[in-house]
Amino acid sequence: MEKYKMHILICGGTGCRASASEAIQSNLQEAIKAKGLEDEVQVVMTGCFGFCEKGPIVKILPDNTFYVEVKPEDAEELIEEHIIKGRKVMRLLYVDPENKEMISDSKHMGFYKKQIRIALRNCGFINPENVDEYIARDGYAALGKCLAEMTPQTVIDEIKESGLRGRGGGGFPTGLKWEFAAKNEADQKYVVCNADEGDPGAFMDRSILEGDPHSVLEAMAICGYTMGADKGVIYIRAEYPLAITRLKVAIKQAREYGLLGNDILGSGFNFDVEMRYGAGAFVCGEETALIHSMEGLRGEPTVKPPFPAESGYNGKPTNVNNVETFANIPVIINKGASWFNKIGSEKSKGTKVFALAGKINNVGLIEVPMGTTLREVIYEIGGGIKDGKKFKAVQTGGPSGGCLTEKHLDTPIDFDNLIAAGSMMGSGGMIVMDEDDCMVSMAKFYLEFTVEESCGKCTPCRIGNKRLHEILHKITLGNGTKEDLDLLRNLSTVIKDTSLCGLGQTSPNPVLSTLENFYDEYIAHVEDHKCAAGQCKALMQYVIDPELCVGCTLCSRNCPVDCISGERKEAHIIDASKCIKCGACMEKCKFNAISIQ
Amino acid sequence: MAKIKLAKSKVDKLVEICKSFDNEGSELINVLHKAQETFGYLPAEVQEIIARELNVSVAHVYGVVTFYSFFSMVPKGEFPISVCMGTACYVRGAEKVLEEFKRQLSVPVGETTEDGKFSISCLRCVGACGLAPVVTIGERVYGRVSAGDVADIIKEYQK
Repeated sequence: MEKYKMHILICGGTGCRASASEAIQSNLQEAIKAKGLEDEVQVVMTGCFGFCEKGPIVKILPDNTFYVEVKPEDAEELIEEHIIKGRKVMRLLYVDPENKEMISDSKHMGFYKKQIRIALRNCGFINPENVDEYIARDGYAALGKCLAEMTPQTVIDEIKESGLRGRGGGGFPTGLKWEFAAKNEADQKYVVCNADEGDPGAFMDRSILEGDPHSVLEAMAICGYTMGADKGVIYIRAEYPLAITRLKVAIKQAREYGLLGNDILGSGFNFDVEMRYGAGAFVCGEETALIHSMEGLRGEPTVKPPFPAESGYNGKPTNVNNVETFANIPVIINKGASWFNKIGSEKSKGTKVFALAGKINNVGLIEVPMGTTLREVIYEIGGGIKDGKKFKAVQTGGPSGGCLTEKHLDTPIDFDNLIAAGSMMGSGGMIVMDEDDCMVSMAKFYLEFTVEESCGKCTPCRIGNKRLHEILHKITLGNGTKEDLDLLRNLSTVIKDTSLCGLGQTSPNPVLSTLENFYDEYIAHVEDHKCAAGQCKALMQYVIDPELCVGCTLCSRNCPVDCISGERKEAHIIDASKCIKCGACMEKCKFNAISIQ
Repeated sequence: MAKIKLAKSKVDKLVEICKSFDNEGSELINVLHKAQETFGYLPAEVQEIIARELNVSVAHVYGVVTFYSFFSMVPKGEFPISVCMGTACYVRGAEKVLEEFKRQLSVPVGETTEDGKFSISCLRCVGACGLAPVVTIGERVYGRVSAGDVADIIKEYQK
């Protein structure tokens, strides 16, 4: 990267690309060409910066200026002002929401201050489609070190000592898993990367693959070296076209450089990676189901043992790790286990990437040390709740997790604390909810997901979850009884205890945790037939306050079913029998005259 | 479902796809991906040919096709509308947006309008949670969509 005086980095993550970051790139390049600066300024499309809320992001090096919400038409001004005249374009700088100060360097922003980036170290720094940039940031040094200086066992010991635990949700110690796979003798073994990120609201694996694909390839080769495998397979969702493209490019480049293939770095070690595509099945995140899917079968789980380490893909010893777990490996080897295990909490070492989303000001991808509290994540990094509303709950762990409340805000986040609080780490989705979210509907939403995604192999999951969903639906319609709540609890326990795989063993968690933390809200639904959040349509009615209504007719003109009547300049009335409760009127009213009762 | 007689050129194409994966039964999912890419969907006739070529039962192929949500046995519309129903989009009002698409186009989720123009489906998280709620139509991504935007979006494609 020395050749150029200045570098313009543009976020090429999926979110920013959806907001035209490619057009920004081409406009910038045109403007640079027009000014004859092609040899001075380089434009690089990087992986995700994480601050999706403020995307598209453009960062200029060497002065580290961080521009937010950039539009393609801003390109010319950026070149003219910043690059040529050396003046920052003030209107595109980030404004601190608290003190209204402009901040140009991301490290001073609340969103980035508390973050430590290990798994995401290269996302937003390098061009993921250029292996040289990865190598320039110590890429493949760890693989070289392992092959030249370490025996397979010393590598495994290093990983064990680091305390790294599986980032896909299970939290199983990675070093131990590698050791099991290493100990099983066979003529063929496999390393599998689980990139079937199915958690709705979690997108860290895709961001790593899109922003830093080589880190995963390097780690898979290291894993192959420790367990004696020469084949690696990445199982990735077909819904992630960009990640697939970047991986293909990365594999090709690594092969060209002799970092994959035969006799890697002259060590005599062979390792190559191929890709398999998922086809949309949440249960395939479970490792035995994933392996069946790789074999071209329905992705149904099987009972363990035998564990994949004994009999996995094609009946051979197989080690399956998640993308984020792999992304940590090269850093641990380079910096040492004793560096890594100083970060984090007592039993959960290192950092965790979370996808922060929902009713929060700073939606994005963050990486914090284990043991950071929910309060720090939501208020300091996340910038608090959107539109000044009141925090109600945060859902962690996706469909297998639970809802945590105000009282959990000071809980340090790690694998064990989250389980003790009735939720789980999962893959790291973190959805923040405010006072307008109904917890019964939320539980129903997750059950809807589980019912759809249950593979149907075992009865408790296939039928039990369906019944849970029906009861929740009944409650949201206002037809539930108090006995239904007991039934929900009993049935949930049975499903948890008797299901075959992780999906069924955790699917009732959203129900149990909301029952535990928001019992009053369930009672309000079944006894008073009220939904305080105003989300259960059957339990609410839109009404116009005749005192506040000025008769502007905006609501009646926007009503899709013509159920609002009234003369101009007179108070309007909603016909409840015709109203479909779409909320369009309330959204349009400029006088706050429409409310939910 | 009505039987469609596949043209010979299509059958040849399928045979070719299967051959490119060495007619290996374990490559079934990859073959189905390619076949769907080529034909847009996987009707029974296509599945029958794949089963024959890979030397597996039609029931096995059907079992796999119906297991994975990515595979479809009905053709999608010219402009396939997908509303993201990931949690982040859901809490920011995706359900209302979905309802509005269903209402305006008068088709339920998973089906195609009579003129073959639009189909509606739900998808789980495209990973653009910063833009929630998100709707995709073909390759195009619409961010921060509200129920009020739906009519305008549909209009863009009705010309």
